[in-house]
Formats: sequence, structure tokens, C-alpha cells
Amino acid sequence: MQPQKLTPPEIHAILSTEFGDAISALDAAEPMPSITIVDKAQWPSIAYLMREDPRLKFNYMACHSGVDYNDAAGTLGTVQNLESLGIHGHKMAIKIKCTKAENEIPSVAEVWRTADWHEREAYDLFGIVFTGHPDLRRILCPEDWEGFPLRKDYKVQEMYHGIKVPY
Amino acid sequence: MGLLDAKLDKGGAIISKVDDLFNWARLSSLWPMGFGLACCAIEMIATNCSNYDLERFGIFPRSSPRQSDVMIVAGTVTFKMADRVRRLYEQMPEPRYVLSMGSCSNCGGPYWEHGYHVVKGVDRVIPVDVYVPGCPPRPEALIGGLMKIQELIRTESIQTKKHSQPGLTPPKADFEATNEMPPQIKQQSEAKELAAAEATV
Repeated sequence: MQPQKLTPPEIHAILSTEFGDAISALDAAEPMPSITIVDKAQWPSIAYLMREDPRLKFNYMACHSGVDYNDAAGTLGTVQNLESLGIHGHKMAIKIKCTKAENEIPSVAEVWRTADWHEREAYDLFGIVFTGHPDLRRILCPEDWEGFPLRKDYKVQEMYHGIKVPY
Repeated sequence: MGLLDAKLDKGGAIISKVDDLFNWARLSSLWPMGFGLACCAIEMIATNCSNYDLERFGIFPRSSPRQSDVMIVAGTVTFKMADRVRRLYEQMPEPRYVLSMGSCSNCGGPYWEHGYHVVKGVDRVIPVDVYVPGCPPRPEALIGGLMKIQELIRTESIQTKKHSQPGLTPPKADFEATNEMPPQIKQQSEAKELAAAEATV
């Protein structure tokens, strides 16, 4: 099959024929066209398809970010930038949302090896729990740190191992 | 110095106080522990290299805390690192000296307000003898700080304890590192194990 760089609507069309309502409409806003995964449980299967489908071949997770939307519902989320590196050359961003109360998003560490440490980082700093992750521990903060520092409502703890934390 | 050049011309014999001899020996071979934490370490390395040549002071880095006299805390001390810094300090033989190099290890530096991960001054962890300001300090400033330590040593006496033990006993680490999985994940993996066990039965 010849490499063919797909446009964002073409990528969205392939995914929506396979998964229908599990994905949202395309947000075509440049410079980062994105699709939101509505049915989170489907995300690993969508990810496998995106990696394996010969038309898509998203073989590379370029970036994986955590977001605190700072709204009344306490929405958290991830933005995952995928790319077909060296094959088709197209890109797509995937957004998945959860809340502080229901902070679970399925892990795709088995699909893209890169996602392993990135998901650990998002767990460490935002407290998003990636279900099915092989080794979900804190990666940057000490293992016994309290709270998730990049949440907007984060308050630093008073003491750590007998050392005063605030200035 | 003063000790040698004043007295060597009297037939090769030196008469001195034990204090002076000890102090001279100590301040002429300050061996710092070779470790750096952030960009200050680059300046410290430059100071050790040929342009600034710390070896003319008898200072050269050692690879083990057990052979070191000075700890140069060169850089940002995070809470994760603080336990290690304290542990290294406790392994150094006395008399030991601590030089806090740069704004971060003096007081938290640019991370003083929003840096949740930075200790706001290494003196919250171990007692500090000399603070060198700067971000990062130039090699001249580090040499100045080391000469300050030499000055401190020159005034010491073996009769009294080291001047800089202000009774600050560093808090003991009372923690056990936990590798605990978050409860949700734990439940899941336990359920998975259970299912696997049942399947084999």
C-alpha cells in the first residue's frame, strides 16, 4: 500500500465508521485538529486500530499531556498527540476527559510503549488513574508525596519527612 | 597561611601550637564531596578545572562521603534529594563543613513560592557553614566561599567542638518508601489474579 497522508476529516471518517458514536465530531481547529473519545471504554480498541490499520498507521505517540480544565465539575483530561511517523506522515490529537471524582481513563501503554511513563507522569501530577497500566506509580514526585501538584486546587503539604515544605 | 613561610627560614625547624598545625593541615586540604544537583554544578566543575584550578588550594573532589571534609551543595535540593543529601552528610567524618552554593540551596531560589518540590534552603535539612549567593555563583564566588571556610577553620581549637555545630540536629527520616498501587488499580489486579487462579483450577 502506497503511503498516503490523510486529512483530519478522512481520519475521522475511518474511525467513525469503525466506532460510530464512541468518538465525537472532528474539532478541525488548527494547528491541532482533535477528536474526543466519548466512550472511554473503547479507547484501547480505538488505539489499536489507529496503530494497526494500514490506512492510519499511527505508530508514534509524540506527546501526552494532562489537563485540569478548572471548571465546576472538576474536569480533568489528557491530550494525546499521535503521528504516523515515516509511513503516512499524518497527525491527530486525541482528547479524553474524566473528573476528579471519577478519575479513570483506560491505559494505552500496551499500544504505544511511550504511553507508559507519560501516563505515570499524568497520574503523578494530575491524579488521573490509567486503568490497566502495568506499573502505575509516581514517576517524578517522591513515592509518599501527598496530593497531585498540577491540579489547580493543589495545596502544598505542611511537612515532608520532618522538613517544612512552604517557604 | 602564614605558618610555613614565616618559620621555615629558621633552620628547618618549626615551633607551633598543635591547634595551628591541625588547622593548617585541615584548611590546606579541604576535600569536597564530588556531587552536583543543578546548574551550579557546572560552575563548580569549572572551578575545579584548569582555569580556576581549585587544586592550588588543596581542594579536589572525592567520590566518597567517607573521604570528604566539605559538602558543596551545588544546586536545587528537591524533597526527593533531601533525604539523600542528609544521608550523605551523616556519612561524612567529622569535622565536616557544608557550603551552600547558589540561591536554590540557600533559600529555594526562583522556586521559593510555587516550587512545591524544592526544599526552601538546604539548611532545613543539614547545618550550613557558608552561604554563597548567586544564580549560579561565578567560580570566583565559590572560591571566596571556600576561603571563608578556611577562615573558619583557622579560628578553631581542638579543645572546643567545631564552631558550627549549633545544636541543629537534623530531623530523622521516619518513612518507609511505599510502592503501593492506587486502590482502584490494586482491586483490579487482585481481581485479575483471582480470575487467573480460578481459571487454572
